Amino acid sequence: MSVMKRVSMIFRAKANKTLDRLEDPRETLDYSYQSQLELLQKVRRGVADVATSRKRIELQMNQLEQSSGKLDKQARDALSAGREDLAREALSRKSGVQGQLADLQTQYTSLQSEEEKLTGASQRLQAKVDAFRTRKETIKATYTAAEAQTRINEAFTGISEEMGDVGLAIQRAEDKTEQMRARAGAIDELMASGALDDVVSGPRDDIQAELDRMGASHDVDHELEQMKTELGQGSAPRELEGSAGPAESPAPAAQPADRQQAGEGQ
Amino acid sequence: MIVRILGEGQLEIDDSAVTELNELDAKLEAACEGNDETAFTVALDNLLSRVRAIGRPVEDDALEPSELILPQQDATMDEVRKLLSDDGLIPG
Repeated sequence: MSVMKRVSMIFRAKANKTLDRLEDPRETLDYSYQSQLELLQKVRRGVADVATSRKRIELQMNQLEQSSGKLDKQARDALSAGREDLAREALSRKSGVQGQLADLQTQYTSLQSEEEKLTGASQRLQAKVDAFRTRKETIKATYTAAEAQTRINEAFTGISEEMGDVGLAIQRAEDKTEQMRARAGAIDELMASGALDDVVSGPRDDIQAELDRMGASHDVDHELEQMKTELGQGSAPRELEGSAGPAESPAPAAQPADRQQAGEGQ
Repeated sequence: MIVRILGEGQLEIDDSAVTELNELDAKLEAACEGNDETAFTVALDNLLSRVRAIGRPVEDDALEPSELILPQQDATMDEVRKLLSDDGLIPG
């Protein structure tokens, strides 16, 4: 038999089972209305849960993007300082971060669509619950046993199907957010362990430490050079470096500077 | 005739479209029986696309049950089997 037909029969059988359980048709109405309100609460919580998960992923994506940008800059810095090994390390970490980012992007899109679906389901259910309440009051006010059962069954079957659909949607969303939480938790752990380069990981960042060290020694050299120039001896060491001259040459050049500084101090 | 796509809501469809939809549904059924997930995904997508194309959305506050109910877009064959075999799967 047709898949479409079979699914609808399953839904209807479910509704009939509930109807059969209740003796007074009016009781059916109130009972059903209660569970509709509960389901509405549940679907709204579902929307909020999915939104929370989505925001968490968003946050992690931002962190990873910053991290990727930072690693990129480090690679450039390292390369311009002639440290290809360091640049290679930074780029390989960046590629790992990019992989995580691509994965998160997929999860993000899926959560977004889940959120939209649940929001739609919540709106449809709200409209149907409102309609059901009106119908319920009308039936109760004009209640005659003969016709009531049919009208109640109609209303109940209609909303019961919606409730089944919404219930399934909530289950799917719950499954997805659960998976997402596990993933987000795993990424948080990776960041905490330093395996994924976190932007705020400062002291643990060995690439930056190496770059800083190189930068600092470069600054010292540069400052030294500048001082020598100021003291009128700047050109001498540069020439010596360039000509790859005798190794002892820099020493005499440095000595007068020391003496001069010492003299100034007196 | 009212048709529901799980997770999307109800659509009103002209009765004249039944034959066409039944043909698409038969392919879905065949894929299920042949245990062919790829064919199932394609068949489901074709069926849903057609229903969306010819269907008009039913008012949100309507309380009509659907004549036909279709699995959600990303449903797997396994999910549909569970839906059909175990009515306990439907909550509420």
